[in-house]
Amino acid sequence: MTPYQIWIAFVTIVVREVRRFTRIWPQTLLPPAVTMTLYFVIFGNLIGSRIGPMEGYDYMEFIVPGLIMMSVITSSYANVVSSFFSMKFQRSIEELLVSPTPNWVILTGYVAGGMARGLIVGFVVMLVSLAFTTLDFHSPLLVLSTALLTSLVFSLGGFINAMFATKFDDISIVPTFVLTPLTYLGGVFYSINLLDPLWQAFSMANPILYMVNAFRYGVLGASDVGPVWAIAMLVVFAVVLFTVSLRLLDRGKGIRS
Amino acid sequence: MDYALDIRGLRKTFPGGLEALKGIDMQVEAGDFFALLGPNGAGKSTTLGVLASLVRKTSGQVRVFDADLDTDPARLKTWLGFVPQEFNFNQFEKVGDIVRTQAGYYGMPPGRAALNAERYLRELGLWDKRNSPARMLSGGMKRRLLIARALVHEPRVLILDEPTAGVDIELRRSMWGFLERINREGVTIILTTHYLEEAEALCRNIAIIDGGRILQNTSKQALLQQLSMEHFILDIRNDPGSLPRLEGYHCFRNDKGALVVEVEREDGMNDVFRQLSEQGWEVTSMRNRSNRLEELFMSLVGRSLPESGEEESA
Repeated sequence: MTPYQIWIAFVTIVVREVRRFTRIWPQTLLPPAVTMTLYFVIFGNLIGSRIGPMEGYDYMEFIVPGLIMMSVITSSYANVVSSFFSMKFQRSIEELLVSPTPNWVILTGYVAGGMARGLIVGFVVMLVSLAFTTLDFHSPLLVLSTALLTSLVFSLGGFINAMFATKFDDISIVPTFVLTPLTYLGGVFYSINLLDPLWQAFSMANPILYMVNAFRYGVLGASDVGPVWAIAMLVVFAVVLFTVSLRLLDRGKGIRS
Repeated sequence: MDYALDIRGLRKTFPGGLEALKGIDMQVEAGDFFALLGPNGAGKSTTLGVLASLVRKTSGQVRVFDADLDTDPARLKTWLGFVPQEFNFNQFEKVGDIVRTQAGYYGMPPGRAALNAERYLRELGLWDKRNSPARMLSGGMKRRLLIARALVHEPRVLILDEPTAGVDIELRRSMWGFLERINREGVTIILTTHYLEEAEALCRNIAIIDGGRILQNTSKQALLQQLSMEHFILDIRNDPGSLPRLEGYHCFRNDKGALVVEVEREDGMNDVFRQLSEQGWEVTSMRNRSNRLEELFMSLVGRSLPESGEEESA
């Protein structure tokens, strides 16, 4: 295929993915907005007013960056894992396998679709948050790069999950038992400075803590960990997961006999 | 010779140890209408799966025109259109989107993809359904959608795995007409089918596969010339249920109790009718027991195809 044909194939996959999640927007775009509105009302307003400031910021201001990241993480992951597994399950993945589209284009197309949903949901949640607080971005570049890299990493994670999944239960295990606990324990609702040293050490092993804090630094200009370390870690994760995903696709794990 | 498809020494052993293909050699000429026939488990779908890049071969060489599966898979894929046996599209997508998207996977610009999609959807009677989700289509329409999707990128070779399975006779005949037309336009067609009359009606060359090996690969005419006997089912007025005495012919009752007479291909039926008439048997109608290809198939493979064609009126 020529580079132009490869570009067309890539755009086709991305458009198909975007069309899919916008067609079922009540399942994909609306629920995060509703859930996050409830978080803002309950944790930000009702409980937050009793908690008081966190790390020098109003509690609502403190949790908004984390909740945006939480939306980006879950939506990116969910989009790729559900879409790619559905393709496997219905065998419509064969439409791509019989075509000359290279595997790396298939992978980047799906990942771009996941990133698109993650970033759109993140943007929607950010707009919702403006009804409750103001956002003065300390570093828009850091905000954007953290959001992009996080959505990339979790889209790749969703892809790997889908490659290994053989039944629908398999695509809900990781989000339920791994992703959600790590996100809740990743400093979305609290500063790890509140924890005793042992739990602080445990928290530092949670990669989502770095993503949430890098994003929070981009918004507020303050966080528990340095943003440079977080960005470096995200890049390493992205490279490793991309390599693993491509290798699985090349081997045809679960899709070619 | 300009081969559209050239398979040499193709072997496939699945991870569990099942040896599905045991060294297939098969050539299909450019412009041919070719049938690959065989019972369930013979290796037909595995062979097509290898061609479509859905099954990895263990060894052997596969070429489509001058593109080799090992060294130039992208070009090989560009020249192939594949119609699978199962409906493998997203049932929630719109018909038009499915076909246009497939063209995009082949790198076809959107404008040309839209034109091609319209052409094939119109030709296959699906244009009015272009905005309907695929799940709303009937079984026959879904089969035609598979064909439109396989043709949208203008392949030189169209591979169809059981294209008319479960399709009613009227629609089957219209699909035959469509396939014959695109074959006349230069598309090489390779199909597998359980309907042997389909292969007999459409194909110029036929390969018979069983147990992962090609038993025959020759022209339909050459295959049919191997047949020496034909079987005719006779309907008898006031049939007594016994067997007539037919000098020089073997006759018997089939599982439905109908009278079957075995006749040399070169012989006519006049002598059979004369003998029956002399004994007071009145024949009201006559049918082939099955199509000729099925008889040959049974002699080669030792069993008939499941869901094979219905009895054909003579």
